[in-house]
Amino acid sequence: MSRANGDATMPTFSKSAPHPKERRIILANAEDPDFDGTLEAYEGRGGYGELKKAFGMTPEDVCKEVLDSGVRGRGGAGFPAGMKWKFLDRRSGKPVYLICNADESEPGTFKDRQIIHKDPHQLIEGMMITAFAIQAKQAYIYIREEMPYGARILDEAIEAARAKGYVGDNILGSDYSCDLVVHRGAAAYICGEETGLIESLEGKRAYPRIKPPYFPAALGLYMCPTIVNNVETLCNVKHIVAMGGGEFAKIGTTGNTGTRIWCLSGHVQKPGYFELECGKATYGELINDLGGGLLPGRKLQAVIPGGSSAKVLRAGERFTGKLRSGEAFDWGIDDIPLDFDSPMAAGSMSGSGAVIVVDDSVNIVEVLANINAFYAHESCGQCTPCREGSLWMKKITGRMVSGGARREDAALLASIGDQIAGRTICAHGEACAWPTQSFVAKFRDEFEAAAERNPDEWKNREFRLV
Amino acid sequence: MPFEPSSELAAYAEKVVQRYPERRSAIMMILHALQREQGRISLEAQEWVADFLEIAPIKVREVVSFYPFYREHPVGKRHIRVCRTLSCALNGGYAVCDSFKQAFETGLDEISPDGRVTIEFAECLASCGTAPVALVDDDLHENLTPEKVRELCESIKAETPAAPRPEPAGETAE
Ligand SMILES: Cc1cc2nc3c(=O)[nH]c(=O)nc-3n(C[C@H](O)[C@H](O)[C@H](O)COP(=O)(O)O)c2cc1C
Ligand code: SF4
Ligand code: FES
Repeated sequence: MSRANGDATMPTFSKSAPHPKERRIILANAEDPDFDGTLEAYEGRGGYGELKKAFGMTPEDVCKEVLDSGVRGRGGAGFPAGMKWKFLDRRSGKPVYLICNADESEPGTFKDRQIIHKDPHQLIEGMMITAFAIQAKQAYIYIREEMPYGARILDEAIEAARAKGYVGDNILGSDYSCDLVVHRGAAAYICGEETGLIESLEGKRAYPRIKPPYFPAALGLYMCPTIVNNVETLCNVKHIVAMGGGEFAKIGTTGNTGTRIWCLSGHVQKPGYFELECGKATYGELINDLGGGLLPGRKLQAVIPGGSSAKVLRAGERFTGKLRSGEAFDWGIDDIPLDFDSPMAAGSMSGSGAVIVVDDSVNIVEVLANINAFYAHESCGQCTPCREGSLWMKKITGRMVSGGARREDAALLASIGDQIAGRTICAHGEACAWPTQSFVAKFRDEFEAAAERNPDEWKNREFRLV
Repeated sequence: MPFEPSSELAAYAEKVVQRYPERRSAIMMILHALQREQGRISLEAQEWVADFLEIAPIKVREVVSFYPFYREHPVGKRHIRVCRTLSCALNGGYAVCDSFKQAFETGLDEISPDGRVTIEFAECLASCGTAPVALVDDDLHENLTPEKVRELCESIKAETPAAPRPEPAGETAE
């Protein structure tokens, strides 16, 4: 569908009809074929009404609604947004900054792209409400370089919103002013990590900062208090203001409120993004119903439940334990509820909401080799365990695939992973160690067998992964 | 020879620097505009950027050398980036990359003999639901198959005049 502004160079973005199990709040307009994402279309559906509503409240009241909503960050860590805002340390008296993390770089994730391309004003409205709530002096959207049209769409949308007084000086005629600026990355994954992002926005290499003391809420952009939130998180703010924090908290389950956009990819019939009420559907429903199930004749081998850094779940594995509520659970992969807490209870995480399905047509060692090549490429190089360890893990899984692996390599691989996690400046250390640690632990036989395997037999595989 | 920015680039730099409380923050946006105009970021251009932002040239080079998208060397007329990461690989991303290479009789990370393209691997392009994907300059191509790649390469060839690279003189871009 083309955009109404008639820009012939702008590509068309495909839309999907809602699955009956979906509950679309964030994607409601974005995926509507009759909605073209322009300011007129957005205003026609009540857009910027919540900004007006928020400006009739005090900033503290807006923060309170967001806190009451329980909304958790959609970027990866799942930290409650209202709580993060509360941690803003204003004692220095320095200006406060707001940054939208639109780096969308965790492998498997493609949800923010949909919002930016199809409903940019929802993000802008969510950001300006947030900026008002935290009394930010200036706001930035950090978008990855590989979304050039996304950056242009946002630029144009911001200009349109500025002309209407929704962005910039004296917003809605008030004495509150805050500008919004799009900043483009340059193809480095580590810019998704919030302190790396901040360094990058300051015009430097994206070397993450150590926390403490450099929590963005205290010492962020230009060493000023800064809030960094994901695109989807910021969009939620608009809906929290619309319905009130209490009502919002009724969507989903306790501690896992609202909807989430899940990105399904890999070996499924119908990959795509699906907005679901938190905790009301399972990984099994996502893969088999919404995703149309596995390809004909294939068997499930593994599921990566929350972006490629999440610990892998092996087909047939049972997950048992007690939930926070005290209730006991006994799940297979298919039974795990799609929310924040359940994948964590199963020993992994929901991360960025990216679910990657791996069937039995590929060798699991090669899957890890592909993942390890990613993290080795993306380490910023500051910390020895991450810089060297990620390369060694890539090298070892590489020789397991190409031939020449040693019998002790599986154990060596696991030990390298164990020596990275917890010993680095930023969570890229965990992100690169968790796949190796979990794959080797759960598929030990396959990794040990790699030493014996004749690499020629791998040549017959349908697709190479490295 | 010192670098002379075009009037557009100079005007853009003046405009974009206003968006940040500190001049240095504008570096990435300026480098994007510069690379788009020049095809690469030469050392002379880096000195101009440093001068403009009132920082040492090494601070510019640190940035240029850190981010994979910035380059000091030239590329072919069209820049093809094929996603290498898991969801694309599971759906044939490597075969797609091979098809691109065959169509232009070239390897990765070099200017093709006809000067038309440079093919590179990229990491997850945030479109895993339509894997495998590739970027040709700004345009994302989705659900690629070797057949689709062949068609795409034909249209690239039709749109882009060949410009065979000169005999390698053994010197680098610097
Ligand atoms: C290696 C690494 C990569 C990350 N990449 C992203 C990303 O691409 N997008 C994102 O929103 N958050 C990413 N994060 C999480 C951010 O650091 C940060 O927690 C998040 O943007 C906060 O927003 P939220 O609370 O709304 O989720 C990444 C974290 C790490 C450690
Ligand atoms: S953990 Fe890795 S990515 Fe993070 S700061 Fe250290 S070297 Fe850089
Ligand atoms: S893995 Fe290719 S776009 Fe994400």
